[in-house]
Amino acid sequence: MEISTHDLLTVLHGMGFGALFMLAFSGALAELYRISAPGAPSQMSAREQSLLNFYLVSMVLLAWLTVFSGEYIVYPWYRAVPPAGVTDLADYPRRLLLASGKTSEWHNIGMEWKEHVAWLAPISITMVAYVTMKYGRTIFQHRNMRIAVLVFAVTAFAATGVAGAFGAFLNKYAPTRGGSVIILMKGE
Amino acid sequence: MSTMQSPTSFGQAGDIPNGPGAAAILAAGIGCAVMGILAFAGDASDAMGKALNFYNPAGTLSGVTTLAIIIWLVAWFVLARMWATKTVAMRKVNLASFALLIVGLLLTFPPFMDLLQGK
Repeated sequence: MEISTHDLLTVLHGMGFGALFMLAFSGALAELYRISAPGAPSQMSAREQSLLNFYLVSMVLLAWLTVFSGEYIVYPWYRAVPPAGVTDLADYPRRLLLASGKTSEWHNIGMEWKEHVAWLAPISITMVAYVTMKYGRTIFQHRNMRIAVLVFAVTAFAATGVAGAFGAFLNKYAPTRGGSVIILMKGE
Repeated sequence: MSTMQSPTSFGQAGDIPNGPGAAAILAAGIGCAVMGILAFAGDASDAMGKALNFYNPAGTLSGVTTLAIIIWLVAWFVLARMWATKTVAMRKVNLASFALLIVGLLLTFPPFMDLLQGK
């Protein structure tokens, strides 16, 4: 059982950072709604407060790690240009997708959308974390601020969903390959 | 000895004006809109695309995201300084932020970019 360094880092970008960030949304949205709902208790324990802060800061870190690893590690492999005369495009995902009308829109819509919309998520979630940590439970006194936090949190979730879904499909039709081979386990 | 933690107030919004929160929200809207505007500019104009190519392996995307992050952080810093002790009209801030967010969402959507360029 072996894996290439490009495969490994692509998995780390998508599944390690991106999917974990995506999974964290269910808890974050529920907790943001809970602390900002008008009928909720007006106080939180110090432990609850610390836990929520830790949760949100972790999400912010995961969001930035996802987009930076995507743009500066995986994306250059994706858009690599094959040398003249190369006909096997397996190691050049962008060119491979664009070579056929059956797959070109995965790049023209999928990758073009994903590579930009994904960046709205870390910007939005950083704001959400900052406002939630600064105002905390008492944000319920600021109805419009509460609405903005929830709108940006849902937008970050949607942007992450688009980027994650297209990332999975793109890696299915044109995976990033290459790099050194890491042998994880030897078969019999 | 009890291990129960006594409840504490989580944040003191009653004591904090809404200015710092409003600054963060509006700056996030600005950051999202700039991301969309630069993505569109890089797609629509070859000259802009080349100008935004800060790091060749990542191409135009490197300039789009770098500039958007810088503009977002500068906007946040400036607004936070201006509104640090102020109470602002949050509804207007929300309307502006949501409009900017929609600009960002639309201009990062390739079919909408193509529509604007008449493709």
